[in-house]
Amino acid sequence: MVRTALKPGTAEEPSALSQVYLKAFRFMLLSRILDEKFASLYRAGKIHGGVFLGRGQEALSASIGVSLKKGDVFAPLIRDLAGRLAFGEPILDAVRTYMGSPLGPMRSRDGNVHRGRIRDGILPMISHLGAMISVVNGTLLARRFHGMDNVVGVASIGEGATSTGAFHEAMNQAAVEKLPLVMVVANNQYAYSTPNHRQFACRSLVDRAVGYGIEGHEVDGTDLGACLRVVGEAVARARSGRGPQMVVAELLRLCGHGEHDDSSYVDPKLKASRLGRDCLKAAEEEVIRRGWTGPETIAAWRAEAMQKVDEAVATVSRESPPDPYAENWCALCSRHLSEGYEL
Amino acid sequence: MSVTYLDAIREAQARALAEDPRVFIYGQDVGAFGGAFKATKGLSAMHPGRVMDAPISEDAIIGLGVGAAMEGLRPIIEMQFADFSTVAFNQIVNQAATLFWRTNVPCPITVRLPFGGTSGSGPFHSQCMEAIYAHYPGLIVLTPGTVEDAYSMLLEAVAIDDPVIFCEHKLLYYHLKADRLPTEALPVGKARIAREGRDMTIVTYSAMLHEALAAADELAPEGYQIEVVDLRSIKPLDTDTVMASVARTGRLLCVGESWPWGGVTAEVVARVAQEGFGLLDAPPQRLNAKDTPVPYHPNLWAAHRPTARRIAAAARNLLSL
Repeated sequence: MVRTALKPGTAEEPSALSQVYLKAFRFMLLSRILDEKFASLYRAGKIHGGVFLGRGQEALSASIGVSLKKGDVFAPLIRDLAGRLAFGEPILDAVRTYMGSPLGPMRSRDGNVHRGRIRDGILPMISHLGAMISVVNGTLLARRFHGMDNVVGVASIGEGATSTGAFHEAMNQAAVEKLPLVMVVANNQYAYSTPNHRQFACRSLVDRAVGYGIEGHEVDGTDLGACLRVVGEAVARARSGRGPQMVVAELLRLCGHGEHDDSSYVDPKLKASRLGRDCLKAAEEEVIRRGWTGPETIAAWRAEAMQKVDEAVATVSRESPPDPYAENWCALCSRHLSEGYEL
Repeated sequence: MSVTYLDAIREAQARALAEDPRVFIYGQDVGAFGGAFKATKGLSAMHPGRVMDAPISEDAIIGLGVGAAMEGLRPIIEMQFADFSTVAFNQIVNQAATLFWRTNVPCPITVRLPFGGTSGSGPFHSQCMEAIYAHYPGLIVLTPGTVEDAYSMLLEAVAIDDPVIFCEHKLLYYHLKADRLPTEALPVGKARIAREGRDMTIVTYSAMLHEALAAADELAPEGYQIEVVDLRSIKPLDTDTVMASVARTGRLLCVGESWPWGGVTAEVVARVAQEGFGLLDAPPQRLNAKDTPVPYHPNLWAAHRPTARRIAAAARNLLSL
């Protein structure tokens, strides 16, 4: 097992670091603004079903997105809007799926965070999130069959999903097949309302990497610089053929499980601790402290992001809802084998 | 030369591997060992790297298959026993079965389930899972009852762009023989009249086909001509062929090896009652296994499942109504 942590004053080339840091920061900003829009649309009754925000997890999530390349695979967590955007998911996909537009990738059949574009490497999750890991394994195996190396798959889950049997089976499978899987665990201290001490009993979830015979890394999930470095390194190691990597990020969910949840169960001491700091605010302070850009530029980026979000929402608001009479009520690709209940 | 049901399954996989580079086989002990029943014997040597042993992880086995299918491969997954597919249930019904409907990306995965009772196998190596999977939208469920169907339907399963649950009956593996592999076959979704008759229709599938045919033999000297319909495919279910047979005979007995609550026999009776009530001269009947787990001892096992004698008795009762 390898422990990696960001050392202050790292020898990384400053301009390259600032470039990737600023890129990730802008996706964090865009994702926060889009999330806030979803929350307000939810409160206004414009979104049917749940809304799940990434507040507090954007640094880790954006680090995944900017570490991946075209041709890679990403199976996101429900709080991975920043990572999705950074990996190339169009804003419209998120807005259309939340607002139920038939023009979205899920065509009104599934909503909110259950979206993706398989052909672009973004896997749409089922609700049983641990079950997505072995699916990523399958896509990586297929790429190996097709003679494609230099690819990586990231599966992103919370600490809660590490308790599932599916997690264990898939981690072991990836290790046996030596697949280029990067398992990112966002330990946000609560799985819905269940605190860590009711979820697992090991010192740190990263210790589980030893059991699978893979490399494990811990990172402060509130620190964008650390996340970029640790996630980036794990992705690079997987890409170079070192087998599966596990990254465990410590952070705190700064919102409810969904917008229906007031998260009153979150321990105030945790909120007051370093874990409870807002990663977006911390990143903004870091950008300014390092002199990579000024408050005026950040304000302009914020305004630009708000405009993009408003435009997307305006576009989708004009789109017609799905028509149940025009819906193709057939679950099979082989239509001729359908039983014809829809008739 | 004769070919067993098991040979047919192995030969179908050998042909699929040889003809389609997208095909690979994944499952427990399927590699050099050739599978618990030897259904993949010799295939890993013929196709190195394409017949892969899996850890004992049914959930991850199906999950990996779904991921590979998303990318255009055509995995054949062997569950060592159908009973063990309960561990993979989530991946089958929530991941594989919903994928195309959600994403428009096909999921051409074939899941082979060695299923059904054999003497001495007990509660966890004998189950019939076909009705459970047929309940879910997005799955095709096949139950071949002949050597010819085992071969042709498995080849067709691999070619189908949807997830296929391929239920192969372990009792038929070694005992059922044919002269040769078929060169033509009925397509998936068509039932077959396995025996013609005018007095009563028995609708069945898989191993029960042979019990039903034996029951029909038993009733012939008594002057009854029993028609036997082999469903072949549980989903889609060929209601037309069933209905046409009932129209000829006026009497329906559905026989299944699964448990009595719900399931294939109930589905067939419901369809005939709903769409063909006027064709019936007597109430439609069902015969299933007893409503307990499958027992181990041969005496108990033989009494748990429908047999030719029990089918013949049920048929006589129906003919007397």
